Amino acid sequence: MKRLLALLLLALPASAQDRRSGFEDMARETQAMQRDDMQNPGMLWVAEGEDRFNRDCTACHSEASMRGVAARYPAWDEATGAPIDLAGRISACVERHQRVAPPARESQPLLALTAYVAHQSRGLPISRPSDPRLAPALEQGRALYGERRGQLDLSCVQCHDDNAGRRLAGSTIPQAHPTGYPLYRLEWQGVGSLQRRLRGCMTGVRSEPFAYGAAEYVALELFLNDRAAGMLLETPAVRP
Amino acid sequence: MARVLINVPRSARRGDVITIRTLIQHTMETGYRPNAQGDVMPRDIIRRFTCTYDGAVVFSAELSPAIAANPFLSFTTVATSSGTVTMTWEGDNGFAQTETRAIEVT
Ligand code: HEC
Ligand code: HEC
Repeated sequence: MKRLLALLLLALPASAQDRRSGFEDMARETQAMQRDDMQNPGMLWVAEGEDRFNRDCTACHSEASMRGVAARYPAWDEATGAPIDLAGRISACVERHQRVAPPARESQPLLALTAYVAHQSRGLPISRPSDPRLAPALEQGRALYGERRGQLDLSCVQCHDDNAGRRLAGSTIPQAHPTGYPLYRLEWQGVGSLQRRLRGCMTGVRSEPFAYGAAEYVALELFLNDRAAGMLLETPAVRP
Repeated sequence: MARVLINVPRSARRGDVITIRTLIQHTMETGYRPNAQGDVMPRDIIRRFTCTYDGAVVFSAELSPAIAANPFLSFTTVATSSGTVTMTWEGDNGFAQTETRAIEVT
């Protein structure tokens, strides 16, 4: 019955579901920190990304051309014939067009550039991944999301759909919408990517996380974006 | 140089209470946390922040290891005359950074 209901919910138009950003589940002080760009430490990374962008990228791109880009990633990458996420896209640009070694995943320069590019889409709705070539990865993401894993034998569904809004230790379980990445997490005392967040959830159930940059994360991100389509981007968000 | 965001009003009227806000990128390593190898990482914090307005100290703070990374400070002062607001952060490992902003008081 629960399965059936879940399927029915999936079939409804996105707006008919009661979806809430993790922002809504936060303490008022943390919300205030995100709302005010002067207090939001994520803006330090955005400012660094802006400097890097103006130094390394404006030969081929403008700030205006980056608006809306983050809202439609992961996207299909012709060169590799595979889906690619925004950080991967930026790395590929550095490697293919600037012809220098790309920055490592989760390195400060890549997080700063990604935060800056994603910030250009703040307030824009996440678009549904509609390129038919993305369909297999999207389905892989859906399967990963429903799969039980780790010593605790829990799936993402069990926490983020079945128990969203309830508490796990000190935290409220959010609905897992990827609206704010890269974001400043108080626990990290720094900015991190969606992949870092997903790794946290995977080790949380005592499973081996995929390596940074793994196709599985891109697949999960595609599915999460499909699920969050229409919700507004918040980069750089703040989370507990 | 650490990255900073600073908000000092560009102009104010004499006698106005103005709010100054600063955010600085700094790890604020407590000196109590072990690293992946189990060794305690040495303390690396900002110890002191001072703000002067036309040479006079209007606000200062001692920071401690309990303060989170990337410390945000917000304080008020009274606009007295056009001049320079100077903000200095000092800390472990010789950390020292000074930023200035001009304010016009009418
Ligand atoms: C020498 C030119 C060049 C430079 C320099 C360059 N890019 Fe690109 N970039 C491109 C081209 C061309 C594309 C189109 C896709 C392709 O062919 O790879 C692109 C695509 C992109 C996209 C995807 C845009 C979209 O609409 O999907 C992003 C994001 C991007 N670049 C970011 C960057 C960033 C950030 C930098 C600086 C670190 C950078 N690029 C430097 C040429 C460049
Ligand atoms: C045991 C329960 C549990 C499981 C299983 C779990 N998560 Fe989470 N997840 C959490 C909690 C709790 C948080 C919020 C942590 C906090 O606020 O400190 C979270 C946060 C998130 C967020 C961040 C949302 C935001 O607002 O930024 C995403 C995305 C996410 N999880 C995705 C996943 C995915 C994908 C899986 C499956 C691979 C998964 N989680 C498995 C408990 C879980």
